[in-house]
Amino acid sequence: MDASLPRTHYLNADYGIRSWLFTVDHKRIALLYLVSITVMFLLGGVFAGLIRLELLTPAGDLVESDTYNKLFTMHGIVMIFFFLIPSIPAVLGNFLIPMMIGARDLAFPRLNLLSWYIYVIGGVFTLFAMLIGGVDTGWTFYTPFSSMASNTNVIPTALGVFISGFSSILTGLNFIVTIHRMRAPGLTWFRMPLFVWAHYATSLIQILGTPVVAVTILLVGIERAFHLGIFDPQLGGDPLLFQHLFWFYSHPAVYIMILPGMGVISEVIACFSRKSIFGYSFVAISSLTIALVGFLVWAHHMFVTGMSVYAAMIFSFLSFAVAIPSAVKVFNWTATLYKGSVSFAAPMLYALGFIGLFTIGGLTGLFLATLGVDVHVTDTYFIVAHFHYIMVGGAIMAYLAGIHFWWPKITGRLYPELWARIAAAIVFLGFNLTFFPQFILGYLGMPRRYHVYPEEFQVLNVMSTAGASILGVGYLLPLVYFIWSLRYGVVAGPNPWRATGLEWQTPSPPPTENFPETPVVTEDAYAYDTMEVQVV
Amino acid sequence: MSEHIVSTKIYFAIFTALLVLTASTVAVASVDLGRLNTIVALTIAVTKAVLVILYFMHVRYSSRLTWVVVSAGFVWLGILIAFTMSDVLTRGWLAAH
Amino acid sequence: MSETAATFAHQHQFDDAEQQRDASTLGMWVFLVTEIMFFAGMFTAYVVYRALYPNAFAHASHHLDVVLGTVNTTVLITSSLTMALAVHAAQLGRRGAIVTFLLATITLGCTFLVIKSFEYAHKFHEGLVPGPNFAYTGPDAGQQQLFFSIYFAMTGLHALHMVIGIGLLAYLVAKAQRGRFSRAYYTPVEIIGLYWHFVDIVWIFLFPLLYLLGRHAA
Repeated sequence: MDASLPRTHYLNADYGIRSWLFTVDHKRIALLYLVSITVMFLLGGVFAGLIRLELLTPAGDLVESDTYNKLFTMHGIVMIFFFLIPSIPAVLGNFLIPMMIGARDLAFPRLNLLSWYIYVIGGVFTLFAMLIGGVDTGWTFYTPFSSMASNTNVIPTALGVFISGFSSILTGLNFIVTIHRMRAPGLTWFRMPLFVWAHYATSLIQILGTPVVAVTILLVGIERAFHLGIFDPQLGGDPLLFQHLFWFYSHPAVYIMILPGMGVISEVIACFSRKSIFGYSFVAISSLTIALVGFLVWAHHMFVTGMSVYAAMIFSFLSFAVAIPSAVKVFNWTATLYKGSVSFAAPMLYALGFIGLFTIGGLTGLFLATLGVDVHVTDTYFIVAHFHYIMVGGAIMAYLAGIHFWWPKITGRLYPELWARIAAAIVFLGFNLTFFPQFILGYLGMPRRYHVYPEEFQVLNVMSTAGASILGVGYLLPLVYFIWSLRYGVVAGPNPWRATGLEWQTPSPPPTENFPETPVVTEDAYAYDTMEVQVV
Repeated sequence: MSEHIVSTKIYFAIFTALLVLTASTVAVASVDLGRLNTIVALTIAVTKAVLVILYFMHVRYSSRLTWVVVSAGFVWLGILIAFTMSDVLTRGWLAAH
Repeated sequence: MSETAATFAHQHQFDDAEQQRDASTLGMWVFLVTEIMFFAGMFTAYVVYRALYPNAFAHASHHLDVVLGTVNTTVLITSSLTMALAVHAAQLGRRGAIVTFLLATITLGCTFLVIKSFEYAHKFHEGLVPGPNFAYTGPDAGQQQLFFSIYFAMTGLHALHMVIGIGLLAYLVAKAQRGRFSRAYYTPVEIIGLYWHFVDIVWIFLFPLLYLLGRHAA
């Protein structure tokens, strides 16, 4: 391993705040995103902490009901729109995709910077709305409450979310054009890392779905501001129309949140099994299938709204179908592990945790796709547990896996491995203690979005809150040791994991232009079997 | 996108067709054809759009990728409307006993 | 490809000018798909409410001026022609013609907006703006308000896109006058042309759906 960092690289190529705020280097933009979404994550975590504190007791004694409504609304809005949706694509995708395909940058670097500014502006609007009193509609903004009745700050919040949507759209556009047009010579589609496939599929969803929620939020804002009654039931307006338009995006949005994570998992599993991903092309195509079928299931969020039973049956069937490509991935990752040379560095711990927790979350999704079961558990904590298993047990763990895995490449430093494994264990333990009781609570009938509950649910709620505090510690630890590693971490060298992939062929941190010469690709993505065995 | 330069003759021919189709759609609208009115109006609109896309926007001379991208947009528009209408139109089916 | 195209300067992330042009064009097409989906939400609202309230929609549609609507449709189609001719001129490197056709497109676009503003003003005077001041109070007044909400939302959004388009065209005129475009490099004209045609296509659908409903009805 090299004993020192490379002389010039993207971090020291230029100094000063202007060199960061006006950068067009995809790697610097990725770090700008890293800082902003970490801030948003901490804010969303504060809301979560307040919610769990309130739920320690059956009475609504910490905050008033109106305040509680604002807490869960803002927790959802911040976590979904300002953390989960951008996280992996905007940080890891931005940093890695050009490198993984042998390019010097994305197709539209200035558009990339604009994406970040749009994200920040959207965040500022939303934060402003929170500071002047928040919003209480739930992150789902259902009409006519949001469009007519709510007396909270719907418009500034809606504006913030609307604006942030364009950040997502532009990132997706950039990735699609980059992947189509800027792959290095020899890098055919089926030689690309699965991380790239995952982001391509994610970008398709961002392009096709986000504009619909954008115009829907716009309509709610217009209706509120100008009393243009589009969703007003008294005029004949249909609240279900809003829900159709909202969920047309918001269901595929969950695939925006999970697909990039699945891409990370493929890279990590391959590296720490020293094996090519089993059934590579199936995993690649499954990403596209998830993106496509994911657009055909949205009304499973509306089963109890009074929608057509016949349409509900169709959506239920399709919701079963969308589980199949996800299952394909889980089977293929498992098959990759089988007879692999498995080691357990922190990224791998997170990846293994992902497989287990995502599977649980995904299987409970099948319960919810079943019309009869859904009638019983919808709008209960069962739903809350279901999506947190996927979003936190899945997406966030994948995000942490990716940050750990590529941290040496991004910063040139190793993080402290022992602390990272401890943190991973704490996260896993804390997560399950927080959310498993919620499956039980939901099944027993505790409604979501309520802060008052029957006495008999208190034990499970206390367990959940205890778990949340442990989870919080688990998340704070990486914050501390990553920052520590910037100064005191061991210098990493170009490829500390001995992973395949073009990004590992560059110094750590990489030079601004990534590659001195455009590489030529001659082998498949995970050529671990032909890699030279390194004698240490 | 190809470098193919479309001749102005074609542009003017398409333009003329678009004007004729516009006149037709207005004329047909004033005749009561019942359900057919909507179908005719939409067919004419789709035809006009296709002409603009193929010739003014050069898709006729573009790569297959461009063609796929354009089609995908309209297919997704179709999915949104069709699946939403599948609910709206069948809500009343499980009617009162 | 001509020699000048191959040696034309390109941005650093691209390998050559052709890759840059291909990427820019693909980028604009992907953006137009997002625009299709943006309008799709409103088209869905229209389809749903028209299916639920066909008579109210037909009655409400009567208040729209078919003559002005037809004139506007013709104006926009003509502007698509002039835009296509502008791109054509750019492909042949004819600076004067580029500017002329772009200016014609701008003029036609502005004409459309002026006519639209007359229509809007008329609606205000007739009390057809949805909200507390909606003049009509018949049995299907609520549903007619829905029609007008959608009318204003869709044509308003369309008009906003036209304003942006005119701004982009003005930018092109400035660049063209400075001789920025040639046989080797005319990508901005081409991709802004794509945007302009898209805005035309939206109107091609809005016109029959909003203006020609129940034109024949009593």
